Amino acid sequence: MNFMLKSAGLGGRRIASMAAAAGMLLAGAGAASATTVVKWLHLELDPKYVAAWEDIVKKYEAQHPDVDIQMQFLENEAFKAKLPTLLQSDDVPDFFFSWGGGVLKQQSETGALQDVTAALDADGGKLRSAYSPASVSGLTFDGKTWAIPYKVGLVSFFYNKELFAKAGVKAEDIKNWADFLDTVKKIKAAGIVPIAGGGGEKWPIHFYWSYLVMREGGQKVFEAAKTGQGEGFLDPAIIKAGDDLAELGKLEPFQPGYLGSTWPQALGVFGDGKAAIILGFENTEANQRKNAGDGKGLAPDNIGRFAFPAVDGGAGKPTDTLGGLNGWAVTKKASKEAIDFLAFLTSADNERAMAKAGMLLPVAVGAGDGVTNPLLAESAKQLAGSTWHQNYFDQDLGAAVGRVVNDVSVEIVSGQMNSKDGAQMIQDAFELEQ
Amino acid sequence: MANISVPSITTAARPARKAANSRSSVAHDRLTVLLIFLPPALLLFTLFVIMPMGEAAWYSLYKWNGYGTPTEFIALRNFQVLFRNAAFTQALVNNGLIIVISICIQVPLAIWLATMLAHRIPGVVGYRLIFFLPYVLADVAAGLIWRFVYDGDYGLFAAVSNFFGFANPYVLADKDVAIYAVLGVIVWKYFGFHMMLFIAGLQSVDKSVLEAAEIDGATGWQKFRYVTLPLLGSTLRLSIFFAVVGSLQLFDMIMPLTGGGPSNSTQTMVTFLYTYGVMRMQVGLGSAVGVVLFVICVTLAFGYKRIFMRHD
Repeated sequence: MNFMLKSAGLGGRRIASMAAAAGMLLAGAGAASATTVVKWLHLELDPKYVAAWEDIVKKYEAQHPDVDIQMQFLENEAFKAKLPTLLQSDDVPDFFFSWGGGVLKQQSETGALQDVTAALDADGGKLRSAYSPASVSGLTFDGKTWAIPYKVGLVSFFYNKELFAKAGVKAEDIKNWADFLDTVKKIKAAGIVPIAGGGGEKWPIHFYWSYLVMREGGQKVFEAAKTGQGEGFLDPAIIKAGDDLAELGKLEPFQPGYLGSTWPQALGVFGDGKAAIILGFENTEANQRKNAGDGKGLAPDNIGRFAFPAVDGGAGKPTDTLGGLNGWAVTKKASKEAIDFLAFLTSADNERAMAKAGMLLPVAVGAGDGVTNPLLAESAKQLAGSTWHQNYFDQDLGAAVGRVVNDVSVEIVSGQMNSKDGAQMIQDAFELEQ
Repeated sequence: MANISVPSITTAARPARKAANSRSSVAHDRLTVLLIFLPPALLLFTLFVIMPMGEAAWYSLYKWNGYGTPTEFIALRNFQVLFRNAAFTQALVNNGLIIVISICIQVPLAIWLATMLAHRIPGVVGYRLIFFLPYVLADVAAGLIWRFVYDGDYGLFAAVSNFFGFANPYVLADKDVAIYAVLGVIVWKYFGFHMMLFIAGLQSVDKSVLEAAEIDGATGWQKFRYVTLPLLGSTLRLSIFFAVVGSLQLFDMIMPLTGGGPSNSTQTMVTFLYTYGVMRMQVGLGSAVGVVLFVICVTLAFGYKRIFMRHD
């Protein structure tokens, strides 16, 4: 025993002295180069996109040899689950991906984030004027901006032109929700699966409910519900939207087994030509290619696009749009270099290059000409004419209420729940949050 | 610890022939050992077991989204919300179902296979390995594999039912069927572990007792029912204990398989905790689930040990 203790002590001492030596070495190295480490947390899965970012990082580091940008990755769901803990730890990243909305607002209220208003206004508002005003205001709460704008998104319908021709339907004929339901019926009658849906992950279905609420109720009704005024989520227009969705669900428009499908699987179904329509993001063309069984997917000229149709008698305008606004939220202790790099990342030149690669719709002023992909350009055009751009409901309403919206959307479309009960469930979750 | 304390006690008890300082040095040694070995264990146990338990109980009384410190005291409202939540009730039912299936199907299956594989017959090691293999597999990996197997378009299930001329089955997307699909995977995954327990139990059964029964003219079933099974009693009780506790904590296999869906039909208490507590940033509610789960586990574990495992 004593022997063991002694040897352990000896070992300990040796280790300690080695550690001290190593520590001195490290300290020496640090003092020599004095690099600022900037940690960038993202959730991008596409290696092409990450490679594009890495190029930008290399360029920046070449210009700023004293800055070391380190990219860290977390998978989407893991990212959302881990972030609160991460933000309160010592290992906090300098900036991370944000969908804006209620989640960003919640984070800003905890004091974990840096208010970037001053940085935007420095040098006579040099940085602020670099972005479209709507993108900055979308990330601003009570006069303070909490993230550097990165990209805008738009949710709209994409369709397989070949399958539409086979079913004898035309996208141009879809003017309102009734037309859309009619189209779905015709496609189904032709023996083709009308819509690819990712019911397993729920949020792909909540786009339908969201758009219908926007079309039925318009901005006024949704803003009232979000702020707890009037009848909230029990507004007749919102319940009507749920009924519209149930009507679609009754047609059984989705691929068999859609309730277990993930979003990549749904994209794959569309990319393999097994369903005619998908309600997806602006970069659906690239996404379907990546998830198609053969890795090629549908040819770009076989894909068409149309906006979510109007609803007859609804208060919303057909030009109102649903989609994302993404930014990079900067954490409390982040260095000046972090913001400087973000300005570089989202500069007109880099945003133009990323738009050209089909990665995003830019928010940087003067980068719009980078959108050369015809489908992306169509989305950009619709966004430019947007009368009200609404963030994704599940982000805008915060995690607790947003996830209930996702649940309810799937329950309604699969006929498990009627619209009124669904609205009540959302209202309950909303009241619980207050 | 035992090795160290024994000599020191005898030294201390011996008449003080040696100088007093030797005795104090022994006491000193014991104290050193105590000071060196006890604090780490005590610290780790407090840090990772006692404190989180206390914290969960404390958080469960607050409405808290995980940021900063909880300030909004709401007493037992989280528990009220919890027991009104249909998904949580479903999770409780599912946990019960998993326990029942484990006891009624998994354990008998394991005993049956064990009685066949406990003997020294050729190829027995190979069979044991095959049946034990699913248990060695990581839960998440098993879940992912079975997700592919159940896939209604490309999976093994689809291929088999196409062969027999049935329509493609989408078992994981059907809320009435999904839980049975999950139960199937659970039985497949864990019966090997129980089988191994029983093989070990069977090997310790005295052969002469079985021979005596044979001489008395007992049939195969009678030998099993009146000799083997009673002698396996303690193993059986242990196996059921593991099955119950394991069922209550089931999580990692369900997440890749169904994620608790569709329509919460495959939710267990722990997946419910994750989806409703962690993913929705309702740490208070999540902690309340944790407290309920803890109470159920402790009650079951101690109750079971007291009632069934008293003599083991």
